[in-house]
This record gives sequence, structure tokens and C-alpha cells, in this order.
Amino acid sequence: MRKLWWAVPVAVAGVTAVRRSRTGEWRQDRWLTVTVNRPPMDVGSEGMLPPPLDGLAERIDVRIRPAPGDRGTELAVRFKEPVSAASASVPARLTGQDPRQELRRALRDAKSLLEAGEVLRPDAPPTTRPTPGGRLVEVFTRRSGGEGVL
Amino acid sequence: MKALCWEGVNKLSVEQVPDPELRNDQDVIVRLIAGTTCGSDLHLIGGYIPAMRAGDVIGHEFVGEVVETGSAVRRHKVGDRVVVCSFVGCGRCWYCANDLWSLCDNTNTNPGIGQALFGYETAGIFGYSHAMGGLRGSHAEYVRVPFADYGAFKVPEGVDDTSALFVSDSVPTGWMGADLAGVKPGDVVAVWGCGAVGQMAARAAVLKGAERVIAIDRIPERLAMTERYAGAETIDYTTTDVAAELRERTGGRGPDVCIEAVGMEAHSDGPMHLYDQVKQQLRLQTDRPTAVRQAIHACRKAGTVFILGVFASAVDKFPLGAVINKGLTVRGAQMHGQRYIPMLLDRLAAGEIETAQLATHTLSLDEAPTAYDMFKEKTDGCVRAVIRPGS
Repeated sequence: MRKLWWAVPVAVAGVTAVRRSRTGEWRQDRWLTVTVNRPPMDVGSEGMLPPPLDGLAERIDVRIRPAPGDRGTELAVRFKEPVSAASASVPARLTGQDPRQELRRALRDAKSLLEAGEVLRPDAPPTTRPTPGGRLVEVFTRRSGGEGVL
Repeated sequence: MKALCWEGVNKLSVEQVPDPELRNDQDVIVRLIAGTTCGSDLHLIGGYIPAMRAGDVIGHEFVGEVVETGSAVRRHKVGDRVVVCSFVGCGRCWYCANDLWSLCDNTNTNPGIGQALFGYETAGIFGYSHAMGGLRGSHAEYVRVPFADYGAFKVPEGVDDTSALFVSDSVPTGWMGADLAGVKPGDVVAVWGCGAVGQMAARAAVLKGAERVIAIDRIPERLAMTERYAGAETIDYTTTDVAAELRERTGGRGPDVCIEAVGMEAHSDGPMHLYDQVKQQLRLQTDRPTAVRQAIHACRKAGTVFILGVFASAVDKFPLGAVINKGLTVRGAQMHGQRYIPMLLDRLAAGEIETAQLATHTLSLDEAPTAYDMFKEKTDGCVRAVIRPGS
């Protein structure tokens, strides 16, 4: 069990997320935001979004503005129709049914494409084999690109 | 190909695994010439670093030869002998552009885990758990190197493989500690830990003009090596009251800069070590910060403490009162290697830094589990075990 200790802070973060969502602290209509180390004209505009966000253009609101301190451009997105509480629930997030996961992933990928020219892909083929602890890690890694604090 | 795999807590084995593939246009594939054990691997092997899976290839400090390049690679070609930075940086996010490479925004493929643990994720690192990006490690015959134009550096002719190897991680880590701690001429610098990183931090402090550099450990061979190659004074903490000795050697002031190069599995011979061991084993704290506490207490008023050792999560009895009331600057970082590696290769070629002495043992990839046993138990004077897949 020693190797599973790290699940404790992750679980605490999950419980905190649930409590926040119940109190409304985590609103489903909150903007998801990244700062891109490129000038605003390179990042795009509401009518011309960078890939892969352009594939979601009809479903999202976009806000693009210069970041302070010469830090590039703040790129923020959110769904036009707020995500329902059920769609944002912990079970939905664990099973990959929360639509914000797709949006977070697209936002991160857009930033990476704009800055680095590519989205880093995990190594393949895998070298791992299934174990109980490994399956738990796999659940977290499968969702990790669409989760987090954006 | 063969690779050293983590199979569970304190279980390593050499396995046959699929060869790595180019996955992005900016990747190269490197054939390993040599890799080395690192103290931070012990945290991983012992189960203290989160999110490992059975079969994960470990290792992050290595030198090798480019055998395949992606279509967008511009600075490398097949046949280049390269030393590769252990942290992967994209080179173009705000953090990379500001030489804070271990904080790269674009190289951790599992950002959600890092954000749950730390608030924001780190950059990816080779062979260092899925929380740190899940990239394959380097104790293998071949490894994929993403963003190779930024993280792989051609080794100058005249610098041998073993010397170059340590510029992958331990030399820039040590140098960064002295650099970001602001070591300047006239300073007295104390370094906790005489492993490879501690020795390199001590050497960096000497080269940055420190008046005196005092390194602290308990292993006689390491203390002797630090005196000889880093040009530092030493203290054996098992025979001396470290705080009293430092006060005496610094005119009662305490060191201007204290660099901790020990990490989460610190050892000491005091009662706090037993306390930390019990709390860590009961999972009431994840890391043992013994050397950090000592550095904070020993540091002079308004001095700087730099934490180079790897810590994973929460510690207990952190002397925050001493930090506040003595007006200390406390800083830490994972290694921004790309910032320093070109300069360090030049210094290595010029003979200002020596690293070959760190390689006290050389073993084949088949013997890699034995290499880690030797390194962990510090048997036969082992400072670093070099693993050569080709031998």
C-alpha cells in the first residue's frame, strides 16, 4: 500500500472539489483560462480561434486579452450553455463525461500548439503491466489532461 | 530492447520492453551510452514519489548517440553524441523563455495530477512517475527525447562520456543551487549532503568566489572526495555538533548561504531522525526534512537557504518561526538544466569542473538492480553507479 500514499492528497483535492461545487464556489460557468506566450494577434480572435478550439467555436464563448507584464496573451473559454451539475459531478468526471474535460484539453492543446508547435504525446508503446495500484494511476492519467485547475 | 523497470516498492528488474518510437516531429531517439543512478531515484523506488506503474522504465541522467530524428529537428543529426537534460522543456512557453525550464507549461502530459499535488504541474522529466509526465526513463538501450533541439546538447570533443554524463542533471542541479541562492565573493556557504549534487553545489560556490565552502555529510569517502575535487572544507555530522561547528567557523554569524542537497529521506543521528522516521512510516508526513530544519537554524540572520533536495509533499516541524524571525530567504527549485548545460560543458572541457570521480562503479544494464542496491546502501564507497547498456 506504500505506493498509494499519494492518492491521499489527490483524494483530499477531490473531496474539496465536491464541497466547493456544493457551495457554489466551483461554478460550472467559470472561465477556463491559460496564458499563451505569444502576442494577441497570434492567438486569434473570437471569430478565428486556434486549433483545436476552432472545432468547438459554436459552443463556446472566448475572451482574448493581453496579459500584464509582457507575459503574452490570456486566452479564456467557457461553454455558452452552462454545464449541468450532473455533468460536472465527480462520477461524470471520473468516467470522462464532463464536457469541461474536452474543453480543458482543447485549451491546453491550443496553448501548446501556439507556443511549441506541437502537443507532446505520451511514449508508446507502453511498457507497463496491469496491477491494482497501476489501474488507479491509469484512471488518473486518463483523465489528467482534462482535469486540473484551469 | 532491455530496460530497467520499476516493478513495485523496492523492486527493480531488467525486462524486455518495446523499443521507443518517434511520437512528435521534434523528437529524437537516442541510443544510450551511459546513465547513472541518482539519489532522487531512491525516493521513486521506495514508493515516496507518487503515481508509478509496474513496468515503468526509470532513469533520467544520461548521455548517448542520436540514432533517429523527427522531421522538425534542426540542431541534431544522426550520430551526434549528446548529453540530455533530465527535465524536458518546450523552449517557448513563458517559463522556458525565462530560463525556468523545469516549470515548462507544455511537457507534462498529466497536468491534472501535478496540479492536484502542487497547485500547478512541473515540466516532464524522464522516468520519474506519471505525476511528472510519465515519460520513459533512460536506463534502457534506447530512449525517446522530446523537444530535442532544446534538451539535448552536443558533447564537445575531448570530453569523455563519463564526465559528460553528470552534466545531464547533477552538475546543473548543484550549480543552480549556488546560482539561485545568490552566492557571491566573500560569502561563507554551507552545503548539506556530499552526494554528486552536493559536491557540485560546493564546487559551484567555490567557482562563484565564496570565501569558504563547508560541506556536511557522514560518509568518509564522500567527505574526502568533496575536499579534493570541490575544494571545500567538510564536517562529519556524526562526530561534531554541526550548528556549533558552523558558528565557530563563521565568527559566530552562521553561513551566509545554506544549500540543502539531501532530500526527503534525510538521515541524522539525533532524536528528530527517529521522530521523522516514525511519522513517515505512519504516513503522518511524506518527507523527512531533517537537513532543511538544520540549514534554517544554522543560517545567519537575513541569509539564504536553498533547497535542492527532492521533496514530494508535506513535512512536519518546519521551522517557520526561524524563517520569519531571522528574515531568511528560502528558495527551492527543480533543475533548470537547459539554462546551465552549455556553460557547464565548456567549464568541463576547460578543466574547471571534474566529474569523472563521481563514477565510482560501472555496471552493465543487466546489473542495474545491483547498481541501485550498492548506491542505496553506499557499499564499497559507492557515490554514483554508472550503467552502460552496451557493456
